[in-house]
Amino acid sequence: MSSHRAYFANQARWSGWEMAFWLAWVVAFFIPQSNLALLSQILIWGLFAVSLDLLLGYRGLPSFGQAAFFGIGAYTAGYLSKFGWTEPITGLLVSGAVAGVVGLMAGRVVRGLHGVALLMVTLGLNSLLYDFVQRSTELTGGDDGLPGVSIAPVLGIFKFDMVGRTGYLYTLAACFLIFVLLRALVRSPFGLALLGARDNPRRMQMLGAPIDRDLTLVMGLSAAVAGMAGALLTQTTQFVAPEVLSFQRSADVLVILVIGGAGFLYGGFVGALAFIFLRDLFAALNPIYWYFWIGLMLVLTVTFFRRGLLPALAGLWARRRKPAVDRPAQEVAP
Amino acid sequence: MSIALTMLFNGLTYGVLLFVMAVGLSVTMGMMNFANLAHVSLAMLGGYLAITAMDHLGVSFLLSLPLAFLGTMAFSWVLERLVLRHFYGTDDLTQVLLTIGLLFMSVSTVAYIWGPSFKPITMPASLSGQVQVMGLSLERYRLFLLAVGIALALALVFGLERTRFGAMVRACVDNRRAASGCGLNIQRIFALTFAIGGGLAGLGGALAANLLTIDPNFPLRYLIYMLIVVSVGGMGSVAGTLLASVVIGIGDVVGKYYVPQAGGIMIYLVTVVIMLVRPQGLMGRAA
Amino acid sequence: MTAATVLQTVGLTKAFGGLSIFKGVDFSLHAGERHAIIGPNGAGKSTFVHLVSGLLKPTSGSVQLMGQDVTRATPQQRVRAGLGRTFQINTLFPSLSPLQAIALALCERDRLTAPSLRALARRVELLDEAAALLARFGLAADGEGPTGLLPYGKQRVLEMALALSLKPKVLLLDEPAAGLTTAQGHALFEQLTELAGDTSVLFIEHDMALVFGYAQRVTVLGGGALLAQGTPDEIRADPVVRKAYLGH
Repeated sequence: MSSHRAYFANQARWSGWEMAFWLAWVVAFFIPQSNLALLSQILIWGLFAVSLDLLLGYRGLPSFGQAAFFGIGAYTAGYLSKFGWTEPITGLLVSGAVAGVVGLMAGRVVRGLHGVALLMVTLGLNSLLYDFVQRSTELTGGDDGLPGVSIAPVLGIFKFDMVGRTGYLYTLAACFLIFVLLRALVRSPFGLALLGARDNPRRMQMLGAPIDRDLTLVMGLSAAVAGMAGALLTQTTQFVAPEVLSFQRSADVLVILVIGGAGFLYGGFVGALAFIFLRDLFAALNPIYWYFWIGLMLVLTVTFFRRGLLPALAGLWARRRKPAVDRPAQEVAP
Repeated sequence: MSIALTMLFNGLTYGVLLFVMAVGLSVTMGMMNFANLAHVSLAMLGGYLAITAMDHLGVSFLLSLPLAFLGTMAFSWVLERLVLRHFYGTDDLTQVLLTIGLLFMSVSTVAYIWGPSFKPITMPASLSGQVQVMGLSLERYRLFLLAVGIALALALVFGLERTRFGAMVRACVDNRRAASGCGLNIQRIFALTFAIGGGLAGLGGALAANLLTIDPNFPLRYLIYMLIVVSVGGMGSVAGTLLASVVIGIGDVVGKYYVPQAGGIMIYLVTVVIMLVRPQGLMGRAA
Repeated sequence: MTAATVLQTVGLTKAFGGLSIFKGVDFSLHAGERHAIIGPNGAGKSTFVHLVSGLLKPTSGSVQLMGQDVTRATPQQRVRAGLGRTFQINTLFPSLSPLQAIALALCERDRLTAPSLRALARRVELLDEAAALLARFGLAADGEGPTGLLPYGKQRVLEMALALSLKPKVLLLDEPAAGLTTAQGHALFEQLTELAGDTSVLFIEHDMALVFGYAQRVTVLGGGALLAQGTPDEIRADPVVRKAYLGH
């Protein structure tokens, strides 16, 4: 009778893999050859992808406009510092809150939309915002970037240096804390309700579930996390330009999440590792050929690794060990 | 006043160009519910084929048009048979991601074959310069474009309404299962429709070479326009695509001329509003 | 002794444009009743259930649930007021396990799904209730795999278990035995009888053996109107019904 308790407990428990994952990031800090600036980028993309995972992997809503929230957070952090509020931690939280509020409003707008219409509306709204920001050069500095962005030292002590040591630890700490909260959230009844609405909204209605409220909330949460990722970018690079809001970025994060695997929360990081690492590799060669390989990865992923790299790798690992049911991972199909 | 009319005319012809490029996508999305974002890459291919035919085979511009059509049509046929048809049953997002992947690959492949910079095209004298029409100074090429576009639209409507194949296409768009139940070979019909639609995209790309820039990044710039025109017009509807193309074309040109700070905002605004008010598009079937 | 009316429709009418599906149906369900709705195909039985459960809005008329007017209420509001339903086609969560599905139903029932950081795994009594419910329906051994992989018969049982887990006061079953063998159908209705408790049950069925075996009262719908109502024996004997439906 208590096996069902164990079943649920297993899904909530931290696995060895998870602990190893986060430990690896800490260890990387102490390795002298680590490119900390690049690793920070990967973490930020990873967190950004995790924000989309809440929407796509858990709630089943595809979006072509996630960069809008990322950019809102990025610019909020920039404007705060420009107007004298240079403390990073509170700046991060405020940026997340602003993006979150916009997300709540967006949640009300996209209710009832599916498939292509949903993609087009998110795309359209994102493009509107990008266009506005890019053209309003007096307000935003346009493509040259917002002038006057400078961030005070973290906790008053750790300055943001050129090498990126402070930036890396700050980003890692923020990502970890946010991730822990999200992890708890998706293991809660709210997380299960998201999965239910993803699988069958009609059945959720007949269970009395407030699916509209849940959708608005997850949109707000997703936006807040994306906003915080954006703020981290601004704070660690002390720069923000319209590119953070671009459709390119929205498409990139969608690609990253799908390649990594949606619905597992860690897929975003796996995808970011693959994507950024490869992009960095190809930047040295001719950048236009980068598109070929990422396109190929995408085609291969949807053809063979329907659920992404993370479940494919996990599946390979599980088959190396005994095939019995050891730890039922959260069964999720993107 | 004459400037306004000229802008209107320019927007109209731009819209007609978008129509030729996008109509194939609308019909295949309406018929098979298959979101092929790589459609815009087919337009690019047509542009490159036309330019290559003119540069390396010495073919005239007018002759390069049917060559672009046929070449892209053949390529579309192969693409559909080899790759795309395996994904018909999958969900929207999978199709979107697959075809975006193909789009990315096309950008690099084209850069590899034809080089990264844009390809210029020279028009014959008969299509260059301007001509006076009713007190307005209109570009000859745009008049030509308008004529071709109208002819194509009429041909498509005639083809769909009056020919047997057209009736089969309409049946499949309306109700695939019922059409199949009537004995129609929908796989074959779709393969042929897809090929023709792809050919039209290629033709559109060839026609676009003189107005828009043909370079490897073409799909990245114009994907959004394709999607907007198809979703606003309503999938599966030729008339809807034409209407949406003209509205978007005029809106974009007129908007950018009169309110340059607003930039592309007009078309995005129109898209968002229409998608919220009427998600199936102006002339699409309600879900 | 007249039992209370738990569900009532008055003048319920539904038309789609010019097509009239339902013309002024007056219907009552009494507390604790087992009531079957039968009728030829196209009589509007499923439409009736959609109207009562709130997935369709009536053109005119009203629906009362437990004495409250729910005509304008959303499906969720009706569920909160005590309504439960199953669907003719399995409407389940393919990627969730039966344990997760029942747990989710219980969380919604107890209003525990606001965003929180407390893991579902910590809500032990609720999980115990979910496991016990599955066991009573004979699904204990299948609790942990994805629902999508369950055989059809077990999915059908889960469909009903899900609805009953909410402890509804009124349960609407749309062809619960659809696609099941005769034996499976009877087993399902036996489980229903055993586990429904005080719930008043309204079910649509085509299998006459099940109707006459488990219904206390029967309503016959035909052409969008109520043709007859009574005990199974009365209905069996009614000449109007026999002509319209049973064919002899």
